[in-house]
Amino acid sequence: MFKRLDPAARLAQAEPVRITVNGDTVACRAGDSVAAALFASGIDACRDTAVNEVPRGPYCMMGVCYDCLVTIDGQPNRQACMTPVREGMNIERQLGARKVQA
Amino acid sequence: MAARRVDSAPVVIIGAGLHGCSAALQLARRGVPALVLEKNYAGRHASGVNAGGVRTLGRDLAEVPLALASRELWHRIGDLVDDDCGYEQHGQVRVAETGADVAVLRARLDLLAAHGHTHEEWIDAGELRSLVPRLVPSVQGGVIVKDDGAADPYRTTSAFRRKAAALGARFVEGVRVRRVKRDGRQWLVRTDQGDYTAPQLINCAGAWADRIAAQLGEPVPLQAISPMMLVTLAMPHFLDPVVLGTGRPLSFKQRANGTVLIGGGRRAWVDRDAESTELDFRALAEGARMVCELFPHMRAAVVNRGWAGIEAAMPDEIPVIGPSRRHDGIYHAFGFSAHGFQLGPVVGSILADLALQGSTSMPIEPFRIDRFTGR
Amino acid sequence: MMDTTKCELLVIGAGPAGLAAAAAAAQAGLDVMLLDEQAAPGGQIYRAVTTTPVTDRRVLGDDYWHGATLVQPFLQSGARYQPQATVWAVSRMTAAAPDDGFEVAYSVAGEARMLVARHLLLATGAQERPFPIPGWTLPGVMTAGAAQILLKSGGLVSSGRTVLAGCGPLLYLLAWQYLNAGARIDALLETAPAGQWLRALPHAPGFLASGYLGKGLKLLRKVRAAVPVTRAVADLRALGGERLEGVRYTAGGKARELPTDYLLLHQGVVPNVNLARAIGVEHAWNDALDCWEPVTDAWGGTSVAGVGMAGDGAGIAGALAAEHRGRLAALQAAHLLGRLSAGQRDRAAAGPRAALARAVRGRAFFDALYRAPRAYLRPVGDTIVCRCEEVTADQVRQTVKLGCTGPNQMKSFLRCGMGPCQGRFCGLTVSELIAEEQGMHPKDVGYYRLRFPTKPLTLGELAALPQTDASRQAVVRLKK
Repeated sequence: MFKRLDPAARLAQAEPVRITVNGDTVACRAGDSVAAALFASGIDACRDTAVNEVPRGPYCMMGVCYDCLVTIDGQPNRQACMTPVREGMNIERQLGARKVQA
Repeated sequence: MAARRVDSAPVVIIGAGLHGCSAALQLARRGVPALVLEKNYAGRHASGVNAGGVRTLGRDLAEVPLALASRELWHRIGDLVDDDCGYEQHGQVRVAETGADVAVLRARLDLLAAHGHTHEEWIDAGELRSLVPRLVPSVQGGVIVKDDGAADPYRTTSAFRRKAAALGARFVEGVRVRRVKRDGRQWLVRTDQGDYTAPQLINCAGAWADRIAAQLGEPVPLQAISPMMLVTLAMPHFLDPVVLGTGRPLSFKQRANGTVLIGGGRRAWVDRDAESTELDFRALAEGARMVCELFPHMRAAVVNRGWAGIEAAMPDEIPVIGPSRRHDGIYHAFGFSAHGFQLGPVVGSILADLALQGSTSMPIEPFRIDRFTGR
Repeated sequence: MMDTTKCELLVIGAGPAGLAAAAAAAQAGLDVMLLDEQAAPGGQIYRAVTTTPVTDRRVLGDDYWHGATLVQPFLQSGARYQPQATVWAVSRMTAAAPDDGFEVAYSVAGEARMLVARHLLLATGAQERPFPIPGWTLPGVMTAGAAQILLKSGGLVSSGRTVLAGCGPLLYLLAWQYLNAGARIDALLETAPAGQWLRALPHAPGFLASGYLGKGLKLLRKVRAAVPVTRAVADLRALGGERLEGVRYTAGGKARELPTDYLLLHQGVVPNVNLARAIGVEHAWNDALDCWEPVTDAWGGTSVAGVGMAGDGAGIAGALAAEHRGRLAALQAAHLLGRLSAGQRDRAAAGPRAALARAVRGRAFFDALYRAPRAYLRPVGDTIVCRCEEVTADQVRQTVKLGCTGPNQMKSFLRCGMGPCQGRFCGLTVSELIAEEQGMHPKDVGYYRLRFPTKPLTLGELAALPQTDASRQAVVRLKK
């Protein structure tokens, strides 16, 4: 689990952004990447791999490892660490070769 | 004065692409250990990076008998080279997007029938949509060969090389041929790392084969071309046969690992001496537009890599295959114009026939090297 | 919407090198465009320096906040700035007008665009060196840099048990920043072997004369006082089923296991070579740093005419060196584009050159002290080497034994390097493994041949690139 330092927590409370993650509503902070929002809400794994279907989470947070792939608003293979959250965004765990979790 | 190192063999083959390796294999099977000289490594250029289409579909009439014979070898490729080469057989189909395409394909079938060929068949729109459910519903039908397929080009070339070597062929890689000339009853091949002699020489030098031919006094109007390919990340399975375009060029297939290969012959910029190519992304965008029109779900497909091999094209888009018209003991097989992969197995046999018997039963007259000069 | 913009100098990357270069070039009168992938300037070392919620400067430290001083001059310089832009192709010969310069394809918000630039300056920076240990792909394992980005950009720290492991100053810097923030670090496992400091000793005079010593000691002291540090850790492995549960290692001859929720790995940074290599920039092996870096002249000029490089992407030398090299590369661009004579350029360069010399003094010591141990560059067994395609060390080694002699053939055999990261996290490992199996030096093994697109993009994005008459005519009709 990742927690917010006080200044960040205050900002998150003052201007929350509400997104949906695997069906649940999650409040995060304007300016968070999707990956940061996932870590802040206690989610460390964002997908299952295409070859062996094992869980993976963000690894580099700078857009070069491609382990943070999630489905955002129906679009698969989006890098969570490179996508800023937006009100109403819908994030789904990416399963295998681009199947979507029911 | 130090003598230059000389090595000799019964046959020297220039170029370890698929055709060179195939020739080496067939000679080795008949007890003749060829020496193959390769400037990079086996399968480095066109042979290793092409779309892997194993098709009899859509071939120039002259190529059809060779392609049908080669197909028989492909169906037993594991026996030939101890490797299945990634060969998968789900058919190949040319789709008609428009009425004009339908007319072209119908005319094609008539032409083939007039020559006694029945391997290509019409497939109507309904059947085509059942076969390829993700195809845009507006397609009007197509022409299919159910026994065509696709394989892995680098793996195939490597398998031919390995098997040839196991049967006695020798491969020398990283050596560049500079000069070919007659030396008494032998051919002398001068390279940047030593000389080689052989009574017989086979020119399989791909996009550089015209230089060998020119040194032998039979220049040809070969053009180095660089067809571009794109590959996507793995996608859920949605396609069995290989799909080709008719009115506009496309080659589209999904491999067993889920990745999708997009080709079609649009060309990159190429410098064959620097062995360097530059992709033309606007041209690739044309291909992308076509794919998205034919397969709308492909808009979300992720393109992960592009490349372009270095290949040889002849003006009439069929290869040069056959004996030299100037000298005994020289044979050529090059200029496959971006569709030589499927012909690899049979061309090796043809070259072995020519070298060992002086003739072949395959109809190779249309591929004469001197056809360009209006003999 | 199709947009073809023109500029004289395109700077790629908004880290210290790119920001300093773009500002200097614009001040010299050039028409400059800067493209950067992130939403705000700073690159990675100064990530989120204009947006971080961690505004108490004592947490992240002065070195980080120095980055803020680069932003205003850039924003006020007149250079154009496009954030969230990912460059994926650079052309010359196939450009619509090759004499006008390079054509650069990039995407913003899923839309592909092209622009034309006479001169390119790649300031694409560095990435974490791959650190392939068993279990490194488990959720809960990430790079130390990733944790630092979460802290800087989101004000987030791990709240569970946290272990740092590896070698390099960044480990200590992150530990120090965590302690400043009141966050928890349970252990710091150093992988540098015993006696590494002896190998670094010849370079000590330079280090002692640099400014790094004082800073370094303060930082080390605070971390050592608060965090259990274990030296010369071998056989490090991450344990767990669906996610990380603990780490195992040997130290002092004993095997140990620590339960943990997060493992933050770091064994140095290496240049992010993909764009430069795809453009054709020649690279050479740097033996002290165990990686390839571009071959550059004193102005950052590369083997490709019209392409300059600066910053860690041109060779690892740290953030301060990056900004000075950025300025030098900008001056050279201004000279090559006719704005400055050689004399004017040289006079303006005197300051940055002196600053650069001061900035790199002492780095050889760090490089030797923190050299990644060979065992962690050359994994064995079922340790994953290619994260994307899930290829193991054993598979790579076996494939070499079967006759696969180079990284590009490895791609064809095993799909190593064919995934979306395009070899960024396996390339060096594959070259090292092939070297070991063949008794060769990695520099003779070579590296993946890299091509465009240097970042993946959707077919739909590509399809929306502008059409020109030339591209329509380029369509080849297959003769039937």
